[in-house]
This record gives sequence, structure tokens and C-alpha cells, in this order.
Amino acid sequence: MKFDNIIIGGGLSGLTCGIKLAEQGKKCAIVSSGQSAIHFFSGSFDLLGKVDGEDVSNPLEGMKSLSEKHPYQRVGLENIERLTDDALHLLIRAGLSFTGQANRNHFVLTPMGIMKPTWLTLDDFTSFDHKDHFPWNKAVILNFSGFLDFHTLFIKDGLKKLEVDAQIKNISMKQFEAIRKNPSEMRSTNIAKEFDKGNAIDEFAEKVNLLSETTEVVILPAVFGLFNRNVVEKLNQKINKPLVLLPAIPPSVPGVRSQIMLRQRFQDLGGTYFMGDNVEGGTFDNNRLLDIKTNNHDDIKLEADQFILASGSFYSKGIVATHNKLYEPIFGLDIEGDSDRNNWLDEKFFNDQPYMHYGVKTDDKFRALMDGQSIENLYVAGSVLGGANPLKEGSGAGISVLTSLHTVEQILK
Amino acid sequence: MKKEIFEPYNISDNNFEQCVKCTICTVYCPVLEVNPEYPGPKQSGPDGERMRLKDPGFYDEALKLCLNCKRCEVACPHGVKIGDIIQMARIKHSKKKPKFRDMILANTDIVGTMASTFAPIVNPMVALKPVRRIMDSVLKIDHHRMFPKYTGLRFESWYRKYAEKKQKEFKKHVSYFHGCYVNYNFPQLGKDLIKIMNAAGYGVHLLEKEKCCGVALISNGLIKQATKQAKHNVEVFKKSIVEKNMPVISTSSTCIFTIRDEYPHLLGVKNKEIRDESELATRFLFRLVDTGKLKLVFKKNYKKRISYHTPCHMEKLGWSIYSTSLLRMIPGLDFVPLESQCCGIAGTYGFKKENYETSQEVGKPLFNQIDNSNVDFVATDCETCKWQIEMSTTCKVMHPISILAEALDVEATMKLWEV
Repeated sequence: MKFDNIIIGGGLSGLTCGIKLAEQGKKCAIVSSGQSAIHFFSGSFDLLGKVDGEDVSNPLEGMKSLSEKHPYQRVGLENIERLTDDALHLLIRAGLSFTGQANRNHFVLTPMGIMKPTWLTLDDFTSFDHKDHFPWNKAVILNFSGFLDFHTLFIKDGLKKLEVDAQIKNISMKQFEAIRKNPSEMRSTNIAKEFDKGNAIDEFAEKVNLLSETTEVVILPAVFGLFNRNVVEKLNQKINKPLVLLPAIPPSVPGVRSQIMLRQRFQDLGGTYFMGDNVEGGTFDNNRLLDIKTNNHDDIKLEADQFILASGSFYSKGIVATHNKLYEPIFGLDIEGDSDRNNWLDEKFFNDQPYMHYGVKTDDKFRALMDGQSIENLYVAGSVLGGANPLKEGSGAGISVLTSLHTVEQILK
Repeated sequence: MKKEIFEPYNISDNNFEQCVKCTICTVYCPVLEVNPEYPGPKQSGPDGERMRLKDPGFYDEALKLCLNCKRCEVACPHGVKIGDIIQMARIKHSKKKPKFRDMILANTDIVGTMASTFAPIVNPMVALKPVRRIMDSVLKIDHHRMFPKYTGLRFESWYRKYAEKKQKEFKKHVSYFHGCYVNYNFPQLGKDLIKIMNAAGYGVHLLEKEKCCGVALISNGLIKQATKQAKHNVEVFKKSIVEKNMPVISTSSTCIFTIRDEYPHLLGVKNKEIRDESELATRFLFRLVDTGKLKLVFKKNYKKRISYHTPCHMEKLGWSIYSTSLLRMIPGLDFVPLESQCCGIAGTYGFKKENYETSQEVGKPLFNQIDNSNVDFVATDCETCKWQIEMSTTCKVMHPISILAEALDVEATMKLWEV
């Protein structure tokens, strides 16, 4: 089966590559081993939140002090600003409305009740200008009776530090009684499916209005609009007070919706998305990858002019560590990482863990290396690259999206 | 560096310990959405498995509400065989004996043989409202359901009478696993397949007495009989594939999925020697076209607007691309993509009175998609999906092979390889 480009990995990085290439008229396929980490989406994309433990207010400035091995440095700081703009518009063309700027972080309230710096925020959520100021003094935190995936006390405690007086109240409705019967299935996506049907919104909004008469702002878990995109908008219209949504425990409702919309955008552009398939290996000749073999398609190999490896980091098995080995499991590509396992971990859990920086080795054009040789047509993008600690820096989404766009530019050159 | 193969170490026979509790599977379970009595794939599968290992008393009969659609497995980022874990738990622990009704629904072979023998009486009988009411109240087969019509002339008999002789004239040969539906209900699909394969230069042969793949036996808990049939089929497939060097093709996605994957995973029937060369006809044809060994020529005046529904087992196989790619080769065809969603029938599941409502609720989003798509007909590779969609929407459903047969210019196609 022949394509122009094949992308291994269907998460944020793979979809960004796929959409960008398909927009340029390329015939693309994405092979994804299952649903992606976008299902854990908090609602915001970070670019750079912290450097050496210090808050970053202007990510574009903050990047200048990153090491030369960092993916942003390797993409080239001169390219970053343009690519951030590109990323925002790619998302908007997919129907996802985000706000934010690359040269100035804004803040979002986390489910721990803390203000966190970030780059782009989905319009379900509220962006704040200041870290230590919440625009309202009296808040009501509303939860669904029986919903265990929204931890209201953390939020209340966090808001107290911002001098906000918050009350916690619960809402029960007969529409949610059925899913409540089974406590393990009272999940955000199942609540969202009830709202998707359209018959819960009015009654819910009425109840919210009753419970929020004496407050200035309503805080709710982000459980609205899974397959139906307009639920949040409708709630905003029907609820009298300003509405602040906070992420609940995954699977994330805005995340699933974003994943679906990005995949649909890719497919609308003519892309082929192979879901639930695993790449088992490839045929190499003369430092070129000719085709890949997948579990489902077996002897019917998938061929392409260029391939992109966007298979994620440890969690997605883009790279694997066993008790004594570190390796890239699909092709056996070279790894940037320590071969001595004693150096993988820092014994202080909250320190910058060395293994977080590990990833597939690439040349300056982001092409994978195998036995020290560049594979001419196998590019690498996203968190499988390594060179950064996205958790410490608040840079995961930025690295995924920007290295993907940069890689696509290398291919299109 | 030599490539390392990543094979996680599991203590269990299935791989439930690979579950990281991300709960993504629960988002894509079509049953959970409409029937809260079902504990959902995570609870029923890997979570429940830990409990059942300690004490089989934790087995919950509500697991029978699983459709075995495997959409949880397709969604799982860690490759956990959630659907298999649930089916295995049912096989191992269920105390519920199959009802008389379940045996009737599951024994497609025996019922098919009897019904097709008396087709002129059976067809109008089971279509009658009072008869359906009686089946509803006595057998608990929902009265909304129409049984597919039984044919008076079974495919196998037709084949022996009219087609067999001609097949020997070809240079290349395949065997055809027609399955119960083609044999007892809809021989036309088998005839369409022969038309295409012959046009492609292949003679089509029957297996040496195939038996029902057993999918309905498995889902109705008749495991012993299913295993017996599976062993028989594997032997018959071996005769074709190993001895005669003839691959086996089929037109039913569920039959072929069962033979390739459920035999070893659920029944413990080994099929290694035959698995790779047992496949769907659309995949076989796609490979020929893709490698330049076959060119299909289509009629110039064939103009249709169609969509393709991905049956759950096609989604799991990942093979819908073969059917849709072949259909897209037809020049006059306007192709409308559908989001892949379960139709709710799940073989015999939706025929049961107690499941009727769940079944229709599951299928609703798909029915809406289809009713709004304004197509001449829907294409799909699964016969039970066809019944469900035809009952629940205003659309007719055709098998991709039948569409290809209708659109194919047989003579022009044959000319390309005859010289």
C-alpha cells in the first residue's frame, strides 16, 4: 500500500504532522497502536513554563537559556515564533478554538487549585492574567453527586490562598442516576454522554443558577461536550454567573473531543488513520526505509517516500527500558541515553530525572540514526526525541507540536 | 545494533497486567453508553480478572451484556486483549446454561439446513406477525426482528449444479469459505464472488465440507460444540492451504475474524498453519491490484452514491481499507465516509428480546448518520450488520463484492490477463 508519507503514532505529534502534510496535498497515513495521550488533555498546551525551577513569563525569551540539546534549540529559536503561530492556526483550521501567545504565558487554574503558566488554552477553559489574583471573591464549586473524579476540597484550599471564599455543593439529577448505580462507571465521559443527548442542559443550568445566586462565579468539572461540540457554549448562555471549568481525572472530555476533531480534520484532508495497529518493523536498504510491516496488514507492506516516527516516550512505548536495557522497539534505532542503569534515576524523586531526557538519536535534520548512520527518509518528532524534561519545564505539548511542524518543513523542503 | 523485540512479561495467560488503568476503553464501549447494567470493559476485563483470579465467585453474569465488538481492544493504547479477557471469563465462569432459544440462534448450520429445505413454508411463516409474537413470548426472540429469508436452493447445491465444472478451467485457484449466510440465505453473494474471481483469473472451489465458523456458538456459551467445529474447520482449511496450496477466502468479516483470531484466543484451537492464508476476498483482491498482478476494469455507466459501514470485527482486523479502496476504484462511484460505530446487532445478541432495546440504542448514532447521508445504499462486509441497518434505516445494504460484481466489466477485465 503506497503513501507519500507515513506517520507512526497518532497522538498530538503524529496528528500535527499528518494534518500539516495533508494540507500540503500529501497522501498520508497514520498508524496508531491505540487511542492517544490527548485523552489526558488538561485543556492547555504548554510551551515553556519553567526554566531551572523559575517561572517563565515570556517563553520565547526563556528558551534562550535552554541547553543546545533541547528540541527547541535544535529546531532553532529563529524558527520557533513562526511555528507557534503556525500551530495555533492549524488547530483553528481543525475547528479547535484556542487563545494564547507564545511571547507571554497566561495562567489557568488547575484541579489542585493552583495557577499554572501556559501557552494555548482551549476556549472551554478560562485564561487568567495573573498568577496570584483570581478575579472573583466568592465562588461556588459544584460537583455531581457520586462523581469521584473531581476533588473539590483541593480546589477550595487552593482558592483560599488566593483569598477566595469558596463553597462546595452537589447536584443530583435523575439523568445521572443510571450511571451512578455503578460507581466505577460514574466517569466524566459518561456524564458528558448524558449532556450530549441534549435533555439535561436546561434542568442542569437551572439548578446551577439556584445554587449560585449568592456567589460571583461557578466552578464545574470539565465534563461537557464529548461528541456534541456545543454543550459548553449552551451552558455559558444559560448559566447566569461566569463559568470556570476545571479538568477532572481522565479520560478528559475536552481531550477526547480534541482527538476526534484532529483525526476528522486529517481524514477530511484525505488522510488514512489506521487505529489499533502496531508497526512491527521495516525494510531498510542503503540507509533508506522502504516500507513498514504492521500487525494487521502483515504481508501487505505500507510504503512511503518519507516516514515520521512520532511514537511517544516511555509511557507510549516509543522507547522502552527493561531492567538492564534501553531501546527503541520498532526499528532498533540509536538511543540518546545512558547505558548504565545506575545513571537513569536520581534517588530524589522530585529532582530532574535523567531518564526523562532520553530519546531517539537524530541528526541535525531530525532524521533517525541507526548504527550511527542517518536514515535518509525516517524523521523523528515529538516526545520520542528526548533532550528535555517536559514535566519539569512545562513544555510537553510545545515540543510535540513544534518539532512536528519543523520536521514536516524538512520533508517539504 | 540488533533490534530488540519488546515482549512484556506476563504471569497471566491473557495480558491483563498490561492495563495501566487509563480507562480509555470505557469511552469507546458502545454498550456502557446505553445500558448501565453492564460494568464496562475495564471493570469486566482487566479489573475484574484480578478479582476472579482470587475467587471465581467474583464473576458477574452481567458480562453477558458484552457485545464482543472488540472496540475496547482497538482503543487500548497498551494492547490489552480486553474483549478476549471478558469472553474467556464467560467461558470459564458462567453458570447460566444456554436456553433452547440460544441453541436455535447459535446452530446456524442445523437451523439453516432445515429452514432452507422448507424455505417456501418457513419464509412466509416467520414473517407473519402472529408467528413473530409467539416467537417473542415463547422463545424470547424479539418480534421486531425479521429473520433473513431462507433460500430454496442452497449455495452449495447451486455451485455443484451450475458452477463447479467451469472452475477447473482456470490456471489459479482459491477455496471459498462461504459461511452459513451465503449458503442458506443469500447465495447471490457467493455467485457474485465467483463472477469477480473468475474475471480475475481464479477458479473458486468449495472446501471439503466446511462447518459454521462457530461465532454464535461461542457467544451463546456452546463452547464444546464450537471447539469441535473449529477443529474440523482448521483441518479442512489445511487440506486446501497446505496440501493443495490454495488460499481460503471468505465474504464474511466475522467468520474470518473468528477463524483467524477467536479459534486460538478463545477456543485454544491452533491455526498457525492456516491463519495467514485465510482472509477476506476484498483483501485478496486488493493485494493483487496493489502488486500490479490484477487490473479491474469497470463499466462506464455505473453511477452510484454509497457509504461504507465498518463492522466491529472489520475495525478490529483493520481491514476496511481493502473494501473501501476497491470500491473507490469504481470511477462512477461517489463515496461518502461514515464514522466507524457499532450497529448494535452483534450477531445473535440483538435477536434476543432482553437485548432488543440496548441493541437499537447502540445503533442509533449510526442509523442517524446513514439516514442523513442520502446514499443509494450502504456497503458493508458483515451480514448481521446488513440486517440491522436494513431494519433500522431506510437504506438498502450491499456487500462490497456484490457492488464490485455489478460494476465490473467482466470481459474487459478478463482480456487484460487472457492474452
